[in-house]
Amino acid sequence: MPMRKVMKGNEAAAWAAKLAKPKVVAAFPITPSTLVPEKISEFVADGEMDAEFIKVESEHSAISACVGASAAGVRTFTATASQGLALMHEILFIAAGMRLPIVMAIGNRTLSAPINIWNDWQDTISERDTGWIQFYAENNQEALDLILIAFKVAEDERVLLPAMVGFDAFILTHTVEPVEIPDQEVVDEFLGEYVPKHAYLDPARPITQGALGFPVHYMEARYTVWEAMENARKVIKEAFDEFEKKFGRRYHMIEEYKTDDAEIILLTMGSLAGTLKEFVDKKREEGIKIGAAKMTVYRPFPIEEIRALAKKAKVLAILEKDISFGIGGAVFADTSRALINEKEKPIMLDFIIGLGGRDVTFDQLEEVVAISKKALEGEKVEEVNWIGLRKEIL
Amino acid sequence: MAESPFKADIERVQKEYSEKMTPGAIVYIPGSSVVNKTGGWRVFMPQFNREKCIRCFMCYTLCPEPAIYLDEESYPVFDYDYCKGCGICANECPTKAIEMVRESK
Repeated sequence: MPMRKVMKGNEAAAWAAKLAKPKVVAAFPITPSTLVPEKISEFVADGEMDAEFIKVESEHSAISACVGASAAGVRTFTATASQGLALMHEILFIAAGMRLPIVMAIGNRTLSAPINIWNDWQDTISERDTGWIQFYAENNQEALDLILIAFKVAEDERVLLPAMVGFDAFILTHTVEPVEIPDQEVVDEFLGEYVPKHAYLDPARPITQGALGFPVHYMEARYTVWEAMENARKVIKEAFDEFEKKFGRRYHMIEEYKTDDAEIILLTMGSLAGTLKEFVDKKREEGIKIGAAKMTVYRPFPIEEIRALAKKAKVLAILEKDISFGIGGAVFADTSRALINEKEKPIMLDFIIGLGGRDVTFDQLEEVVAISKKALEGEKVEEVNWIGLRKEIL
Repeated sequence: MAESPFKADIERVQKEYSEKMTPGAIVYIPGSSVVNKTGGWRVFMPQFNREKCIRCFMCYTLCPEPAIYLDEESYPVFDYDYCKGCGICANECPTKAIEMVRESK
């Protein structure tokens, strides 16, 4: 029987790691993710987890150790956030290019400066081009589930790419919620053992990994990463189906909420989706035709699902906790790519919200709706809007 | 003309080698870097004057590639498939039997 426990998001991630039975965990502490490796080291010390726990001197070393372990052919896990993820940056490309299915939990935290330990998605969004699959969790249960799904997808022969699972700093990492811990036997069935055919250490089969790629080979190597990421779309959906069969919880590339007759659809990721559902309920009572959508998978970008969603909306409002200076939000830019050649598309608006841990309130969401309504009525509005700014101090 | 001491390796690799891209660009054939001919990087090419050579083996010993091997009479033979034209051999040759000349392609 699955066990229900009240736990923090970080603990849920550690439990997911325990259930996935990685052979190597290498991690370095950083707020707000520290509790993940801390809990794992407890599991290892108590003999509940049969893994090599490598204490390293930095995040750069943590991910490098993971690359080494994964290249040797074992299931590998790590966790970090923010500056730690940024320090891993160069190795993230290497993990993907070497096709090593490492899974990483991220307590989504912003980047300095100013130094700030609180939530937004700037850390993972900034790593969107590294070749890592990216999932975003709405709650602690999703953090646990998506880590298991991440292993399943990453290790699939058609994919073989590393994957990161983001869950919002403090809002999830340090907040307790009831979480269902699946049975070990069912997780074992779901994941199986990691037996790589491409990358493993065996003196009887000498191979070279991470070799120099001349201009005559480099593009083809990169193209195979592109293909693997394209394959991941199908593999992720298959994993969602199998997960539902085994564990009873359903995941979608994009999960929709009251979108069928909606004029305005609010699209977001992570824990903000929970807030939006509450808000949509309130606005529906007021008679506003509004819906919400949650993007669970950001890489590969759910292009077809975005197109299907866009067909339902007159205004597609994207609420995102990240900013790409000089253009706008990254999710907005990516969504634009998905819709650019569609014959009919909704008005698209970008709302930069909740950066560096600022609470997203209903008042702010009212502002989003007000701007969306103006656009709906044909008034010209800004495409990129910063919501909840304290204009009095600017 | 003497044969390259790597001939057997090169032939083995050429037989097994596939241009097909592998996941992670992993190289599965040991020694397969020999199929990657690096002579094309060369700008200056060592030109050998057999008359001046005293067979001291300095060039043979110091070639970092190694792209110099010895023939039956122990004279150096230059493997232009791999010689990158670094000029160490010419620089070290005590009798100036090796001259670096600009190569035009």
